[in-house]
Amino acid sequence: MALLEIQGVTRRFGDFTAVDDVSLAIEAGEFFTLLGPSGCGKTTLLRMIAGFDLPDAGRILLNGEDLADKPPEARPVRTVFQSYALFPHMTVDGNIAFPLHMAKTPDAEIPGKVAAALEDVRLPGFGKRYPHELSGGQKQRVAIARALVTHPTVLLLDEPLAALDAKLREEMQLELIGMQKDAGITFVYVTHDQTEALALSHRIAVMNRGKVEQLDEPSKIYGFPRTRFVADFIGHCNLLSGPVRSAANRVVVVDVAGLGAVEVATPLADATRAGAGGTIALRPEKVRIEAASDAARGNHYRGTVSELLYMGDVTVYRVATAAGLRIEALLANSKAGRAQFFEVGDAVDVAWSADAGHFIAE
Amino acid sequence: MASRADEQRAGKWWVSGPPLLYLLVFFAVPTLIMVLASFRTPGEFGGLAPLRDESGALDLNLESYQRFVAETVYAQVFVKSVGYALVTTLACLLLAYPLATLIARSPKKYRDLLLLLVILPFWSNFLIRIYAWMIILGPNAALARVVNGAFAWFGAGPVPLLFSSFAVLVCLVYVHLPFMVLPLYANLEKHEQALLDAAQDLGANAWQRFWRITFPLSLPGVYAGAALVFIPALGIFAIPDILGGPNDTLIGNLIKQQFLETRDWPFGSVLSIVLTVAALSLAAFAAWIGRGRAGAERPVRA
Repeated sequence: MALLEIQGVTRRFGDFTAVDDVSLAIEAGEFFTLLGPSGCGKTTLLRMIAGFDLPDAGRILLNGEDLADKPPEARPVRTVFQSYALFPHMTVDGNIAFPLHMAKTPDAEIPGKVAAALEDVRLPGFGKRYPHELSGGQKQRVAIARALVTHPTVLLLDEPLAALDAKLREEMQLELIGMQKDAGITFVYVTHDQTEALALSHRIAVMNRGKVEQLDEPSKIYGFPRTRFVADFIGHCNLLSGPVRSAANRVVVVDVAGLGAVEVATPLADATRAGAGGTIALRPEKVRIEAASDAARGNHYRGTVSELLYMGDVTVYRVATAAGLRIEALLANSKAGRAQFFEVGDAVDVAWSADAGHFIAE
Repeated sequence: MASRADEQRAGKWWVSGPPLLYLLVFFAVPTLIMVLASFRTPGEFGGLAPLRDESGALDLNLESYQRFVAETVYAQVFVKSVGYALVTTLACLLLAYPLATLIARSPKKYRDLLLLLVILPFWSNFLIRIYAWMIILGPNAALARVVNGAFAWFGAGPVPLLFSSFAVLVCLVYVHLPFMVLPLYANLEKHEQALLDAAQDLGANAWQRFWRITFPLSLPGVYAGAALVFIPALGIFAIPDILGGPNDTLIGNLIKQQFLETRDWPFGSVLSIVLTVAALSLAAFAAWIGRGRAGAERPVRA
């Protein structure tokens, strides 16, 4: 049995269904992420787990026990808020001791536990400071220390890194992974940042319009998106849509306007019929870009470079085909002394093997 | 040649000069006159005796101060006034806190209307509002009939509501309540819901959330409201004059008597000075406590 079970949970606000019949099972010790654009219902779901909001239908079970009748203060669940929500009139020590006082921890044990919690988030000696004397990253750590000091069963994190700058965010991501591993506590993490979700999570539930579109490991979410939405939302993706011309022998051929017949290898071939709609999701890093040549191969198209973005480690090329379709290709700048290979206006060929794309049936 | 900095400095004086001058002429100078008057001798027919006596020597003395210390009845009135002001402040706080919370938590579009209702009484004359209480508390009014009817039920005799300490305190609270509500509202309205959510998430029940989060964070508002109520309540004379009984003479009434009836200006000045000093030191004391508690809200390194 999973530690935290969400069974058929629905939450409506007037005519708007924020969370629509969502079922999830989150295991003990898991780093679980709810990922989606704003308004997809991820924060509403988190608030229902914390107890700040109640489902209109469905149940939330923790260790097999229905949480419906428990107010937030009685749930063995802690939240790290996006705004940190540190108490401004208390020192760091006071903030971290707060849940211990609430849990009626004997006074003699409190200083030791507070010091240990500060040690865990690498802020020893900061106990006497007030929140306004801390940087954003330090506030974040104090908020985490405060939430973890009573060893909750589940820690909920609501976009905890959104307010930090890019460099600090990356550092905190690594630390969060370490903290989660050390504490052995189940993390339920809410974010709209797909790179963050891919980097941190054991499993990701991609949400859209109140529903879970795909629940999988990060590599599966990235490599094998189940829907067009997931393919588009996670990373960059060329989405080539059209009617299916033929499907046989684990290969589907899709008629893509502007390209013609495009082959894609997929285990779904047997279940796909000619004439049905389909999309090929093609990651830019799997598209080869090379100088135009006459060697004819499958999935091999002529075009001109219309735009390029030099990003330092890689260069992103947008290649326009004769019919006006744009294909994005990504080229690593790892070759010594050569920062970029093509200029805008160059005639190039883009090509990919049949197993580079991922077929999504519609 | 005048530099830009000089010009800016001159500009500042143009802006802050007039109000400064106003305060100097109508506050600082009269205060100095009063301090001087407190050391002078009362005139034969009231007012002040000449500054120089017949021999031409300056006639300044401590007699009025000595009288204040010697005749303890004045100190007693003083203590009673502080007591009334404290009770008023506390009652206002207890009534205003829930009211300010209600306004701060009501939907934004109603807040201005509710605030307007709080300050609505200011639109009618202060004295008229006090006289209205004479009618409300009068012996033939519904309130007195109900109260005395209830007292009679338990076998107790009728009690007069008007011309009593009760009447004075009720009116003191009524008049000063808005001065407590407004600063409390201004403070409570800024509180972040996320802090209360966090406290609840960390295991605090409703009472603990109030006592450990909301109340400490509202202390600056509490202190501001307490000062706005306590200081005017300490010096008030109209309310005990109109609604009070013989035992409800407060320091404000004494001062008024000294200037208008007894015409002992030096002693009236002494009482005024003692009142001012007392109010200022209490305010300083409150600010000192406030700094210790609310220190967290101020940047220490600034």
